[in-house]
Amino acid sequence: MKNSIIALLLLARRQRVATVLLFLLVFPLLMPYDALSVNILIFGLYAVGFNLLFGYTGMLSFGHAAFLGVGGYLAGIAVVHGGWPWWAAIVSGVVASCLAGVVIGYLAIRTRGIYFSMVTLALAQIVYYAFYKADSWTGGENGLRGVRVERIELPGISIDFLNPLHKYYVIFAFVALALWVVSRILNSPFGAVIEAIRENEKRAVACGYDVARAKLLVFVLSAAICGLAGALRALHLSIVPIDSLHYLQSGQAVMMCLLGGMGTFFGPFVGAVVLLYLEDVVTNLTRYWMGTVGLVFMVFVLFFPKGIWGTLADRIERWLGRQGRSA
Amino acid sequence: MFDISPQLFALQLMTGIALGAVYALLAIGLSLIFGMLTVVNFAHGAFFMVGAFLGVYSLGLTGSFWFSLLLVPLATGAIGLLCERFLVRPLYGRGIDYPLLLTFGLSYVLVDAMRFSFGIEGLPTSTPPDLRGSVFLGFGHFPLYRLFLIAATAVIVLGLWLFIEKTRYGLIIRAGSRDPEIVRVLGIDISKVWWLVFGIGTAIAGLSGLLAAPTRAVNPEMGIPILAESFVVTVVGGMGSLPGAVVAGLLVGVVFAMTSLIAPEYAELSIFVLMAVVLLIRPQGFFGKAGLMS
Amino acid sequence: MTLKPPSFNSSRRSLLVGGAAAAVAPALFNLAQAQGATIKIGFPVPLTGAFSAEAQDQVRAAEIAVKEFNESGGFNGRKAELLVRDDKLNPGEAATRTLELIEKDKVDFVVGSLSAATQLSINAVCRDRKILFNSISQSDAINEAKDWSLYTFHEALNPHLTAGAVARYAFPKFGKKVVYLTADYAYGHEMVRGFQRAGQALGAQTLADIRHPLGAADYSAFLPRIQSLKPDILVLCNFGRDLVNSAKQATDFGLKANTKIIAPVLLYTARQAGGPEAFEGILGGTSYYWGMEDKIPAAKAFNDKFRKAYGGSVPSDYGALGYAGVRSVLQAVRDAKSTESLKVSIALRQLRYNWYKGEQFYRKCDHQSVQSVVIVESKSKNMKDKYDVFNVLAVEAANENNLRSCDELGHKIST
Repeated sequence: MKNSIIALLLLARRQRVATVLLFLLVFPLLMPYDALSVNILIFGLYAVGFNLLFGYTGMLSFGHAAFLGVGGYLAGIAVVHGGWPWWAAIVSGVVASCLAGVVIGYLAIRTRGIYFSMVTLALAQIVYYAFYKADSWTGGENGLRGVRVERIELPGISIDFLNPLHKYYVIFAFVALALWVVSRILNSPFGAVIEAIRENEKRAVACGYDVARAKLLVFVLSAAICGLAGALRALHLSIVPIDSLHYLQSGQAVMMCLLGGMGTFFGPFVGAVVLLYLEDVVTNLTRYWMGTVGLVFMVFVLFFPKGIWGTLADRIERWLGRQGRSA
Repeated sequence: MFDISPQLFALQLMTGIALGAVYALLAIGLSLIFGMLTVVNFAHGAFFMVGAFLGVYSLGLTGSFWFSLLLVPLATGAIGLLCERFLVRPLYGRGIDYPLLLTFGLSYVLVDAMRFSFGIEGLPTSTPPDLRGSVFLGFGHFPLYRLFLIAATAVIVLGLWLFIEKTRYGLIIRAGSRDPEIVRVLGIDISKVWWLVFGIGTAIAGLSGLLAAPTRAVNPEMGIPILAESFVVTVVGGMGSLPGAVVAGLLVGVVFAMTSLIAPEYAELSIFVLMAVVLLIRPQGFFGKAGLMS
Repeated sequence: MTLKPPSFNSSRRSLLVGGAAAAVAPALFNLAQAQGATIKIGFPVPLTGAFSAEAQDQVRAAEIAVKEFNESGGFNGRKAELLVRDDKLNPGEAATRTLELIEKDKVDFVVGSLSAATQLSINAVCRDRKILFNSISQSDAINEAKDWSLYTFHEALNPHLTAGAVARYAFPKFGKKVVYLTADYAYGHEMVRGFQRAGQALGAQTLADIRHPLGAADYSAFLPRIQSLKPDILVLCNFGRDLVNSAKQATDFGLKANTKIIAPVLLYTARQAGGPEAFEGILGGTSYYWGMEDKIPAAKAFNDKFRKAYGGSVPSDYGALGYAGVRSVLQAVRDAKSTESLKVSIALRQLRYNWYKGEQFYRKCDHQSVQSVVIVESKSKNMKDKYDVFNVLAVEAANENNLRSCDELGHKIST
């Protein structure tokens, strides 16, 4: 019995993408309603994108909402103003947030540490105001409405996108793809470089790596993933709200990563589940959900800095080690 | 474009300085905490808000604005002391991000704490009776209270400067921000110094909340936008620099006021553009030390 | 222990009885279900955040409408139920909550919202799924063809109508030179547009339209310029806290000495929160004020119901909208003899009603409720009790011509 558990854990660790996907496949069964599951999926992806930059590379950005928002708005604009099909909308969203990532990243990389966080905050605020003012395209304060996708037409099948469970699995397909990409990146030599940068940037430079280029590249990749999350969100809600771009949304990414576990593969999803589910449940119990979430967050920062999944994964690793089966 | 008479210009400038006074006070607290503890206090706006609430409350209780001026910073300072001792201190040594994240969560808690204590609507405020009315300044009428605000800020800044430059404790603070190790070696309990500095920083934040309260609505959400604005000021002035905080505070206030005159809907945006430009050209701000925060 | 096998006869009988019962049971069960199945109305409103006081009033008043409906027999014995959700004044959250209400709770209708942005997002979700939505807060955009659908109804006032009514009252009285201090978002712009349109006919002159960022705390940056322009009227085109702030600071800067300050919307709850001094002398428009009960019997009836249910307190303007929004929908259910959104929508289009302030009906092309606008002025002296905060200056009667035309809104047909 114990041996089969160990074998299963080792398999899960080796095939982490598959394990996560398996979990997400059955996830809707655990949640009270499907719209929440979809939200968690989308915000989990947003956190995964953020985690690439913060957890793995060690760069704390306070402006990642810019990419969630840009992805969402460009996807929405493609549908509402361009009349483009759903897949073109998603591509536009991702491309746009890549471009935003290049611009903001190029400017922000020139600074380090706390200044980096401040610069990303300031630049994201500028993006926020720009989109707010361009209200003939974005709807301004009222948000962009009318992102209507009713059916997903694929060769052979026609999916009813309004059906919440079908919608979940369509979005799941994209999230699966993104997770696979992230996993490939992290397992590649490039993945090792960015973790080296997190550990000791000066040493990475001394080893001869082009650190500036690596940082910019990971910044853009992170932006692309967050942009995909934003585009999917636009299709899910049929609207793009202006506060997708607000810095409180950036703060949410930070919270999810910390609660779940930074620098772990599954952590961001756990963080998204915890934060969103917690907010949903607590909102029904008390009007002081903000204080409750803040309290929980502080408890984690103080006692579980590795986050739920980080701490759990750690324990599992140590247990496996004791069984003489590590690595 | 309309004509800006010199009188209007002067009046607008005064307005900007009054606005900047509040920013300067907030930035001083932020800079103190950052320069000394290397902690970015994301709850600073929340302390500002708490100060405003406690101020209105104590005004209602005691009827005396002057007494509140004494009481409020002590109260918010005390809350700050508790927070540092039990929430922030355990996180030193874990890296710069953790105290930042903690104060982020703390801000959420403080907002709901005020909602719980005083209700969701906020409290109605009015200018203290002694300070009502306007003063004719030669180029126009300016509210007396805002003149008081500018004067009060000047007094506080002077007092703080005297404290830091001329007293023994101020010397310890200055030394501690430059080299905590040496201070420790000299036998001074640096963690106590940090504790008190955090308290002073939050006390000033609360005081600025009280001073600002008669000029704006007091509600639980008032700390959120002002936090972003304080970051702008601290970055422009230089994180950890007190003269920087004052100069930058006034500058940002004036920039905001002047932009409001010409292109009011871009006023908010203009200060963030200023922040971005400073960060890209001279990240340490006007008065900060280069390499302080890599 | 062995069981004695049942005798053939008794077992056959029990089989027959059991079988019969099993055959009939589903029918009985369905009947019971059909009789008991409640009519669910989703009610997403911002229970937390800046407008929670107004939202809670909306909930309280809506509950009265539901109770009335249930106590008078419901619909074919079916009772109504209000499912209240907190949308946190956030359009993304409002969309999620609406999805929850429709997909999980399977609501029949949605009534709610307390901001332009949230109602538009709730509307987007509802119309895609063909669920009727009756919005109970101000918006100009929801009347426009772009956002409209057969399932979209608007019980509340819109900025154009409100601003227009206030302009028609105030401009002839106080002067022609007008300065606007406007919150820089859609709602603010819509208010200004409403004022300017009405003002044009009256010869009013716009000296300046000064935009301020939404949620600005400090208006001192804008006031010196306003001072120098010396307008007859200063219009504060903002809402809620912005209004309280700007009113207070305008007073501080001594503007009231030479200028009449007016606002398009004066909320009862904002006035309570802001206090008498800030609002001294300011007049504005609203959909309802309890003080109308002297002249309007329907108001008295509604106020008394509210007083009875909530210990003597009076309903606010938004509360009244909560009541009317739900009551209209439930009345339409009875008229249509159905809970299907399409049929109820058709019935709602024909409805003529007087729930609390006078005759109202929904205009055909955009489902905007044609209704009266009340002009009130804030009181700071001689207040009889804590509820007595406004003087009713005038009531502009319901008039379809005061709304923007169907053509202008982009509606191709006005069936």
